[in-house]
Formats: sequence, C-alpha cells, structure tokens
Amino acid sequence: MKTIILFVTAFTLSVLTLSAQRIKGSDTVLPLSQQEAETYLKQNPTASITVTGGGSGVGIAALLSGTTDIAQSSRKIKFDEREKLKAAGKAAKEIIIAYDALAVVIHPDNKVDGLTREQLADIFMGKITNWKEVGGTDLRIVPYSRETSSGTYEFFKESVMKNKNYMNGIMSMPATGAIIQSVSQTKGSIGYVGLAYLNTSVKALKISYDGGKSYTEPSVANAKNESYPIVRPLYYYYEAKSEATVKPFVDYVLSSAGQLIVSEIGFITVR
Amino acid sequence: MSTKKLRRAGEYVIEKLLTVSGAVTGLTMLTITVFLFKEGAGLFRSPSVEKGYALYVHAENPVERLSVNEIKGIFDGEITVWNALSSDYPHAEIVPYRIEDIFQRYSESELGEDYALLPDKLAEVIRETSGIIAFLPQQYAPTGMTGVKTLPSQDIRPADFFGGTSWMPTATPAPLFGVLPLILGTLFVSIVAILIALPLGLSVAIFLSELAGTRTRKWMKPAIELLAGIPSVVYGFFGLVVLVPLVQRAFALPVGETAFTGSLILAIMALPTIITVAEDAMRNTPRELREASLALGAGHWQTIRKVIIPYASSGISAAVVLGIGRAIGETMAVLMVTGNAAVMPHSLFESVRTIPATIAAELGEAPAGGAHYQALFVLGCVLFLLTLLISVSAEWMAGKQSSKIL
Repeated sequence: MKTIILFVTAFTLSVLTLSAQRIKGSDTVLPLSQQEAETYLKQNPTASITVTGGGSGVGIAALLSGTTDIAQSSRKIKFDEREKLKAAGKAAKEIIIAYDALAVVIHPDNKVDGLTREQLADIFMGKITNWKEVGGTDLRIVPYSRETSSGTYEFFKESVMKNKNYMNGIMSMPATGAIIQSVSQTKGSIGYVGLAYLNTSVKALKISYDGGKSYTEPSVANAKNESYPIVRPLYYYYEAKSEATVKPFVDYVLSSAGQLIVSEIGFITVR
Repeated sequence: MSTKKLRRAGEYVIEKLLTVSGAVTGLTMLTITVFLFKEGAGLFRSPSVEKGYALYVHAENPVERLSVNEIKGIFDGEITVWNALSSDYPHAEIVPYRIEDIFQRYSESELGEDYALLPDKLAEVIRETSGIIAFLPQQYAPTGMTGVKTLPSQDIRPADFFGGTSWMPTATPAPLFGVLPLILGTLFVSIVAILIALPLGLSVAIFLSELAGTRTRKWMKPAIELLAGIPSVVYGFFGLVVLVPLVQRAFALPVGETAFTGSLILAIMALPTIITVAEDAMRNTPRELREASLALGAGHWQTIRKVIIPYASSGISAAVVLGIGRAIGETMAVLMVTGNAAVMPHSLFESVRTIPATIAAELGEAPAGGAHYQALFVLGCVLFLLTLLISVSAEWMAGKQSSKIL
C-alpha cells in the first residue's frame, strides 16, 4: 500500500515539475504525433507528453487559450488566427514536420486513368457530371467529399479548386475510411483521401496540374520529388516563448529517427 | 422508541433526497433548453459576411448591396460581369480579390511593422482595379480612404435561414445557411423509417404477447432488447458495408447512400423500442377482459383486434412516440449511410442530410460564438421543437382514443 502511495505521489510530482508537454489538433497528424511521442518517451523516460486530436482549428484555438503547448495542424495557420494570437501577445512559430499527399480515388472498374486539375475542380463544383465528358463511359459522376470540419476538405478546396466552393449538396462522409468504403462500392464514384490510406479496393488517378501535358501517379517517391502536385505540409505551431520546453521534442521529430517514423506512417519526410 | 425515531428520520431524509433529485433533473433539463436557445439567439444579429470582414469596391462602382447568393456567385466565378447584377457599370469585368492576394504582390517586409502599410497598399490596389470586389479583414481595411467604397453589411435574415435551400456554412466570403433541406431531410428519413418500423414492430409485439409460446417469448424478448444496446456507430457501419450496396443493387441506383438506406437502418434501430413498449402494454391487458371476450364467443383474433389492441392503445402510441423520437434524434448511423448531401429531397433514392448529422459533423470545428456555431444551435432548437410537437400530438391522440373506448 505504502509503495503505491509513494509511486502515485512520485508520479504526480514528476508530472507537475517536468511541465508536461501537450500536443493538440489535427486528426490527420494525430497518429504521427502519437508514434513520435511514444518513441521519444522511451528514450527520455522523465519527459511527459500528451497527444490529443480534435481538428486543426481546435489545436490552434487551444494554442490561443494556452491549453496546449504545440498545435498540430494539417493546414497553414489562417490570417485571422495569426491576428488573434498577435492580439493576445503571442507569436506562433511554425515548423513543417512532414508532408501529406492527397490521392484522388475512383471505382476500380472505371477506365479513366488521369484528370487535370481543371477537370477535377469542375467535377467537385458540379459542372462536369458524366464520366463521358472526361473520356470515360456514359456514367453519372458521384463525387464524395469530406465533412466541412476536416483539414483535408479545406486543403482540397484550396489546392485543386482554387478556393471556389464545392457544389451544392455534395455527398460528405464523416471519415476517410468511409470515403474508401463508399468509393469502392459505387460505380461512378470519385473521392479524395490521404496517400497513407490508399489500398487495392479503389483506384488512384494520375493528376496533371499543367493542363494535361504530363500526368503523375500519386506515390511517396513522386510526392518527394515534387512531381505530384497535391501535397500539403503538416505543421507544428508553438509559442515563441515556450520554445525551450518544446524544442527537444520538435528536434526529435525532425531528426532522422523521427523522420523514419514519418515514412513508416505513410507520410512524406521533410528531407 | 429510538428505532422508530430513527426510521422516521431515515424516511424524512429519503423523501428530501427524492425531492432534490427531482428538482435537479428538472433544473438540468431547463438549463439545457435555455443554453440551446441562448447560444442560438445571436444568429440573426450576425452579419451575413464572415465576422470581422467586409467587402470593398472601387468608389465609382454604383453597386449598393449584394445578396448572399450574388456574393457567392461572384467569388465562385459564376458571375463575371457587373452588368449581370443590374448595376450599370461600364468597367464590366468583376475582379474578386482576397487578402492572400496582396502577399503575392508584396513581401511581408514591404508591408511594414505589424502590417502598418497594409491598408495603404490595399487602397492602392482597389484604386487601380476598377472592377474589383475585395474581401478584406476590417482591421486592415482601407476604410474611408479615397477611391474605396465599403459595401454595407447586412444581418442574416430569418427568411433566408428558414426558407433557404442551400446549406453551405463554410462558403467564403458569405456562408449560406438555408436549413430547409435539412429539416425536410430529417422529416423524410424519420417518417419513412417509422412507416417501415411500425407495422413490423406491432406485428412482432402481437406475436410475442398473444401467439408465441412461453419458451419462444423467454428467449426472443431479451434478444430483441439486446438489439437496443448496440452502439449506433455499429449500426452505422453495418449500414454502410451491408445495406448501402444492397440498396444500390436492389434498385439499380448510381449511389447506395440514400434517404431510403437511412430509413432502413433507423427502422431497425427503432424496432426494439417499439416492440418492447407495445408488447408490455398488450400483456398488461387484464385477464378478465380477455376471458370476458372469449366467453362471449369471440375468437382469438377478434379478441386481439377488438379488446387487446384498443386497451393497449395508449401504450402503443407511447411506443410510436419513442420510436419516432429515436429516429429523429439518431445521429451516427444516419451520418454514415445517408451520404449527407444537403439538397432538397425529391425522392427516397437520393442522398439527404439530417439535422443531427449536421450538428455532429460540424459543431466540433465551427469557431465558438461565430455565425456557423449559432446556426447549428438554432438547428438544435428546431429539432427540439419538432420532437416536442410530435410528443404533444401523440399524447393528444392517445388521450382522445382512450376516452372513446372507455
């Protein structure tokens, strides 16, 4: 009994004194941060890190209210979020920890192999509605999108649709897994998922950002040599003042051991 | 003597405890309702353009005000000339402009410390471009500078909210909050679900209470009640993996995520409630009533139809209300199988979006206190009133029926 009490007090004390680091935000970055934290803690048993999700916006809001030390984000901090931080007397430091490529997926029976950015934008804006308009068979196109709260939704809108809005009444799925499931069982479907989620039940399209001159297949190698265009950086944001406390962990993530975990999880390394 | 006193004191304490727990429950319910309505109340005082932002045009532009749909059309590139907006402006081409665009022209250092020079640079851009419409944060906006005209901001109108047919809450610069497709979607899915579940549920209830042997009932009833304990996300996943392809193949549809699929999964989920409550009500029919009916020469089926069902009618309507309540409020399963497309429902075999699914999917990321957040709370109020209406009308119907019989 005594030992338990001792252990508990020692534990709480260590948690309090070592100023536990908190990481919060994007669900896309979540598995990466968890894995990084786990291995980091193995090497530094005295440190303490808690990782939680909730969405990129939630993480940055938590940085603003001081309830997290690092905000993980799958999108760049927005202009007004930076302004709010500035108004609260905080300066956010930005670190890119990895890259994530988005793959556009269709039903495996679909004969279409590649699409241009313009065609993709028109499909998701509802201007192209049949596969025969882009060289496929006479079949209605069924676009699947993520929910508006997802960072993936925002990034696709920014990169592919150049900030135009999605068509009214687009099908929106609550998770990446649901998109894969729906795309694999709907003939005319098209959707977008993180590269790490690709599997054989769906077909990934080649994408062209130069109007159809060259099409590139989504793969880690192509994303790394920058020939695949739909790639987004994944960020850590932290307050400049707390740099000393978070630096060891951030450095670990950027080290070769940390970047090995990045590629294991299916993201693209920074270097 | 003392034990008696002690017992009395104990009773007193228990009585008070019961009163307190009743009061706490009532208070909690009241607090939740008040919270719901309070959070939603600010919506119709929010500007229709994103908070903290405004739209600016060239000073010579005669345009006075733009509707939300017009703003969206402009920034989506659907409206490209000012003449299309019935404003007689010679420099016809519309040039949409966002704050990010300025950073492509000037580097951060050129904009000065804390963006001190930003308003001047923006004013310069606006003066240069006669067809411009700029969507800028008010903090850095070139308000009142020569050559710049600010478009007056408008509040979100209740008519646009309740009558609007597009739900695009994150559209920039002007989000569209039209809840009609969501309300209709919710009603559509729930009503069809109850139309499927009710006949099925009542038949099973009659079978269990009147026809089934004791042994069948003994294992079947707990099995059905167990169904009610399955988490709804499991139902949702079952729906997505099994029902969606099934519906798609059975009706030869391009998409399997339809209102009908949602109704099916909701019907399955409402069945245990309907069966349990209705069966209990039927089995509570007094033995004398059954025996009297049989003694008068009525058959088994006649007794069920003329005696037991009328006697149990209030219980049956309670079952219906609970079933509808379950269907209307169900979130996760519907979120996974209906496809969540916010369109006006035309047929059963199209994707729809329900109110609970919308709230669940969007509330997490909506900035607290913003228009989107408030709109979701107003949706919660709408859902609350819908359920209230259904309960009250069912109660009223049940009261009317029972007074007719007895």
